[in-house]
Amino acid sequence: MLEPVATLRYIQAVNAAHFWALATYPEALVFGEDVALPNGPFGATKGLHDAFGTRVFDTPISESAIVGAALGAAMRGRRPIIEIMYGDFIAVAMDQIINQVANTRYVSRGGWRAPLTIRTQQGNSPGACAQHSQSLEAWFAHTPGLRVGLPSNPRDAYEMLRSAIASDDPTLIMEHRLLYPDSAQFALDGPVEPIGGSRVIRDGRDVTIVAWSRMVGESLKAAQTLAERGVSAEVIDLRWLSPLDFAPVAASVHRTGRIVVAHEANVTGGFGAEIAARVADECFWDLDAPVGRVGAPDVRIPAAPVLQAVVVPAAGAVVAAVDRILAEPKR
Amino acid sequence: MGREEDYRAIATIRAFEERCMNLKTAGEIPGSIHLCDGQEAIPVGACRALEPRDAVTVTYRGHGWAIARGLPLVALFSELMGRDSELNGGRAGSPFFSSPAHGFLGENSIVAGGMPMAVGAALAAAHDGSGAVSIVSVGDGALNQGAAHEALNFASVFSLPLVLVVENNRYSEMTPIRDMVRVERLADRAAAYGMPGVTIDGNDAAIVEKAVHDAVARARAGGGPTLIEADTERLVGHYSGDLQAYRPSGEVASAREREPLARIRRAAAEEGPDAVARLDAIDLEVSALIDAAVKGARAVPYPDPATVREHLYA
Repeated sequence: MLEPVATLRYIQAVNAAHFWALATYPEALVFGEDVALPNGPFGATKGLHDAFGTRVFDTPISESAIVGAALGAAMRGRRPIIEIMYGDFIAVAMDQIINQVANTRYVSRGGWRAPLTIRTQQGNSPGACAQHSQSLEAWFAHTPGLRVGLPSNPRDAYEMLRSAIASDDPTLIMEHRLLYPDSAQFALDGPVEPIGGSRVIRDGRDVTIVAWSRMVGESLKAAQTLAERGVSAEVIDLRWLSPLDFAPVAASVHRTGRIVVAHEANVTGGFGAEIAARVADECFWDLDAPVGRVGAPDVRIPAAPVLQAVVVPAAGAVVAAVDRILAEPKR
Repeated sequence: MGREEDYRAIATIRAFEERCMNLKTAGEIPGSIHLCDGQEAIPVGACRALEPRDAVTVTYRGHGWAIARGLPLVALFSELMGRDSELNGGRAGSPFFSSPAHGFLGENSIVAGGMPMAVGAALAAAHDGSGAVSIVSVGDGALNQGAAHEALNFASVFSLPLVLVVENNRYSEMTPIRDMVRVERLADRAAAYGMPGVTIDGNDAAIVEKAVHDAVARARAGGGPTLIEADTERLVGHYSGDLQAYRPSGEVASAREREPLARIRRAAAEEGPDAVARLDAIDLEVSALIDAAVKGARAVPYPDPATVREHLYA
């Protein structure tokens, strides 16, 4: 077993959460494509099969069957943790997630539970094609009955996955492939947090930047750039889109009067639109400028790095968005 | 089980469904309902081969399975009426109700949508040592869904304790199944998954019971899944408003000569007037049972609108 405090890369943190789950819950099962003998395509499930035997197994390439089997097993007392290799492949299993999983508890008034965790990774990386690059969190945050979390750092990759597994609600954890090599030191033996909760990760007074997943790191870079110019930016990692912890965002906007929402998904219909709408609804009289939104333009994601660089948002786009709303005259 | 027990079980489902149609016409049941008239021998026979520990997953044409599995008639009527039923409190309605107390994973409004879930119930049994079998019923059209292929292969690969009953009523919703598949028998597809496939007469509860019993025994012994194709005929439309203009004239009338209740009555007639009189008496008892259930359901209040957001999350 690992030491109580360890320095782990993001992907190792995911792996550690699996070890914790299988050791903690006798009813836990881990399955998906290439997760057992091949140790997981990205290493998230490395060593689990050796340690836990048939509770960790490889499945056919059948996303509907993987999700549906997790649901049926969860309804009958198991606690499945499944991997969908790429977020894009979730589309194959949409009926099982939207029509089956998300309905289970509500329609039965809690008679049936669906304590299952779906893990996937998503987002852009150089050379990844248009079917391996999308950021699809808005589809699921739009669906009542599901919990949706996007860890932005190794510690959250560990803690949020543990929260998801411990929860009796069906939970989708969407990791980001480009964050897998990041490392951090954190405690492994702390209490399991309940699902939910955003986090203010940098204090500031002039503008609020709300982000999740990879755009948290880009927003911190942007805040540093802005600080060098004398602009103080507060950065909030939303962490969970469901349940949405909006109060810290509202409190921050109350102080700063300006907000930029940054995500990697394309802008139209993205979850940033929800944040913008809530700000308009609940913080309208605090605003000194329109809400800024950062995301990919509404195109498909191209494979060539020179084309990707045009559409995938980064720190520069956040700085530009802040500059734009700071240019608005204060009323 | 004897002839009269079969008759009573099938007649109860038939009377329940006929009353559902009346209640729908009268405005007491909202929305579409999907009746199983003519197909009742399948759930009646199948559920006799099951134990309480087993898991049952069915389709929107699943009222018959629910009754055969022992779900209370009052609760079923009240759920269909949108009342605060003890089943799902009006949240599920006709095509999507479920009952943990009966191992009834539920009906499903998505064609083949219940198949991967049923595989999961079988997976749980394989890992928790309960010895439970998961039985899932679908229509003929469901086998053309991708989820069906994924589920059958998945179950077969891991030798899961799954029994699939395909109720081949010759129509996938409103299109003849023979226009939509090129294999002679749907059971032939089982070979592609490395599992046994059998075609049986689905209008005889004893034949269904035997086939499901054998498949359940095989599954419990670790032998893996079985596909049972049960031939039957729908005496009614796909849904309550279906006028069935697509069906050849005389087809339903012809089917009525082969449907389960008519068969049993014919056998009774050959035996003599006493046997027929006993069936007539069962009809009266069933009618009284349904009357009482409807009365009970009407006494169930409607759900409190203030509770509409409850039970979404743990």
